[in-house]
Amino acid sequence: MAGIRSYGAYVPMQRLSLGAIAGGGRKAGSSSGERSVAYYDEDAATMAVAAATNCLEGFDRAQVDAVLFASTSYPYREKQAASLVAKALDLRRDVTTADFSGSLRVGTSALRSAVDAVKAGSAKNVLVVASDCRQATPRSALEKSFGDGAAAFLISNDAVAATIDHQHSIADEIIDVWRTESDRFVKSWEDRFVVEHGYTASMIEVIKGLCAKAGLTAKDFAKIVLYTPDARSFASVAKRTGFDAKTQVQDPLFGRLGNTGAAFVPMLLVAALEESKPGSKLLVANYGDGAEAFALSVGDGITALRGRRGMAWGLQRRNELTDYDKYLSFRSLQASDPDRRGGQGVSATVHFRDRSEDISFHGHKCKHCGTEQFPFQRVCFQCFKRDEFTEVRLSDRQGKPLSVTFDFFAGTPDPPLVVTVTEVEGGARVYLQMTDVLPKEAKLDLPVEFTFRRIHEFGGTPNYFWKCTPIR
Amino acid sequence: MNYDAIRDKVAIVGMGCCKFGENWDKSPEDMIVEAAFEAYEDAGIENPQQQIEAVFCGAVYPSKGTAEVADALKLFGRPVSMVQNYCATGTDALRFGIFSVACGMYDTVMVVGFDKPKDRGVSGPSAVTTGVRSLPMTPAGWFSLCASRYFETYGAGREDLAKIAVKNHHNGTLAPKSMLKKEITVDDVLKAPIISWPFGLYDCCAQSDGAAVAILTKRELAKSFRDDYVLFKAVTIALGPNPQSDPSFDFLRWKPTVYAAQDAYKQAGIANPSKELDIAQVHDCFTLTELLTYEDLGLSEKGAAKDHIASGTFELTGELPVNTDGGLKTFGHPTGATGVRMVYENYKQLQGKAGERQIKGATTALSHNLGGAPQTCGITIVGMP
Repeated sequence: MAGIRSYGAYVPMQRLSLGAIAGGGRKAGSSSGERSVAYYDEDAATMAVAAATNCLEGFDRAQVDAVLFASTSYPYREKQAASLVAKALDLRRDVTTADFSGSLRVGTSALRSAVDAVKAGSAKNVLVVASDCRQATPRSALEKSFGDGAAAFLISNDAVAATIDHQHSIADEIIDVWRTESDRFVKSWEDRFVVEHGYTASMIEVIKGLCAKAGLTAKDFAKIVLYTPDARSFASVAKRTGFDAKTQVQDPLFGRLGNTGAAFVPMLLVAALEESKPGSKLLVANYGDGAEAFALSVGDGITALRGRRGMAWGLQRRNELTDYDKYLSFRSLQASDPDRRGGQGVSATVHFRDRSEDISFHGHKCKHCGTEQFPFQRVCFQCFKRDEFTEVRLSDRQGKPLSVTFDFFAGTPDPPLVVTVTEVEGGARVYLQMTDVLPKEAKLDLPVEFTFRRIHEFGGTPNYFWKCTPIR
Repeated sequence: MNYDAIRDKVAIVGMGCCKFGENWDKSPEDMIVEAAFEAYEDAGIENPQQQIEAVFCGAVYPSKGTAEVADALKLFGRPVSMVQNYCATGTDALRFGIFSVACGMYDTVMVVGFDKPKDRGVSGPSAVTTGVRSLPMTPAGWFSLCASRYFETYGAGREDLAKIAVKNHHNGTLAPKSMLKKEITVDDVLKAPIISWPFGLYDCCAQSDGAAVAILTKRELAKSFRDDYVLFKAVTIALGPNPQSDPSFDFLRWKPTVYAAQDAYKQAGIANPSKELDIAQVHDCFTLTELLTYEDLGLSEKGAAKDHIASGTFELTGELPVNTDGGLKTFGHPTGATGVRMVYENYKQLQGKAGERQIKGATTALSHNLGGAPQTCGITIVGMP
């Protein structure tokens, strides 16, 4: 049976208090709670790589046949994200890649396509990754309800932890939330219209449709995992489809995470799977220009996935951000922010030549003397032999900084820039920034791991490389 | 390699140096002419068009290159070439001038080191981006890479660095051509805004504009110019691996200096540098660079730099004064000019013409540049005949 073989999630460490958005600074006022915020070096692509890395932990990456990437906020209008994610994950060259975009529902649309692909036999293992970093108008209600994050699933016919037994979807034409090519911020129509005629109507219809198709009722499910545009509207959908809003609904995490767009339901599904017992059933319902629903049966395999980096892990690692101006700078939304898109940018030909080092984070290992080195060399640092190297993946190893310094002069929205020369297990030395770290935590020889980040935006394009970060 | 190839064969018979600073109202041509005509006068050269047979230039930010120098001085119909070697550019220009005389091809040549970075409209060195990985980073970030490990290993700290800045600021007040003439205190240094830890504002040298010129001739002809000529004992350049990727780096030294020092001391026949050198001008782009250079040049035992700083070894009144003119700290760092400016100071000191900052009886002097990631080091040693 087709289903979920593995899962992973990623919540950016930065949490912005809703009170700060409301304008009260540290004073929470009526807006208690917080939302996740992508750091200045994160976007939909980097968070996708992080979630997918967590999903693939312990699995052979060479087995992945396809990557389906779902997002409404990938930085490029034209140019694929899935191929970037596949390269950063160091997947096979002949991997199938596709992007799903344009609707909040794309996370589950990609999931559905993955299930169809493995059922049809065109792929054995499909990586689905949903990631979003949507930008609301500063200080708007939407900004308080949004969050940033990503989730990933490995979909397979074999050895699955949860089978996907039934699927149902409906399409609906409605202008409720949207963003045109010229809009910087997400727009929406009046919320009571959106909730009543968009969200509630479509969700009830798809849930009822799925139950009818599957011959199941609300009582058959341990939990319903459902999209909600805000902290309240899901209760009515649950109630009107026969679910007990108090005991049967997966916590939508408002006040801790926020609505993470295309990644929202996938992230909530990860949270539900983390708490699910073998033999239980889940109903997953997602919304956006219609709706989509799935019935899942959790199997014994779920216990083997316990403890991996998902929502429990993602929610407990956090850094409180109380300075709203700093958040605006992360998004380059302050009038005083320097134009980080300036300069000539990175030569596409240089990027082309360096992509195995920069995107896959490969180093060289000398076949003759065994010395590992970064970046690629033609002549070995140690034994001076020419061109006797094998490529080795450094991204999934750990390391320790041999040198740490704090640069206040390098342009960054969150100074100082923590700069290191880090020794990767195996011996390669890499000049790396350290991210998601407070300066006082950045010590010599601190165990670190590696995280794919947006290193700068020179030339107006996102430019990606790896950084080190303390293991948490 | 023949370590004796240049020793005592090439003499400096004239030098010039323009006032260093943010020379907004001066062009490169103005500075080159100022330095060159001071050197002509110093050497007693009245007809440079006849007497200068070749010109070796060094600049990192030239607007035109060799033509800038040839046009400014009207030195045509002879070789004019330009080298670039990061912060050791001026030293490398000298090196090619020395070789050209030592090999017998020319009798008298001129070396011009200059740079005009203040015409670029930015405060710091430009960061040229070609690859993703190369940014954002700053020279202060590169040169601070040894700080955390060195401090941890040897117990030194920002206070030790601060004393170097205080010393150089003091020396700079005594040098007529320096840019900054201001005494500072350790407290000033420690309280200044951090640029890149451990470097605060006063731990960093500024960029400035400047030009310096040397006139070299073969030893046999030196006396026809002047009696108090100065001889080259050694000149060298050494490259080291990029400290950001070198698999065997210990972050306690800068390898290029260690390599270049070995070579320079062999050329000069120096076995005990801390005893045999009288003064040194070293590359204090950042205070830690000067501290590490004490050890890398063998002027201090490994790890003991902070003790020497405390006891004043390298002050004007100490046993081995370093950066007698205030160094990059007070002259700023017009990259191509710096190496030649350092030799200008050593030349004046050896001739006893260094005014209030004169070190009595100095006969052997070293100059040192360190540049790039850092990866390149240039050293000269000069002495009296």
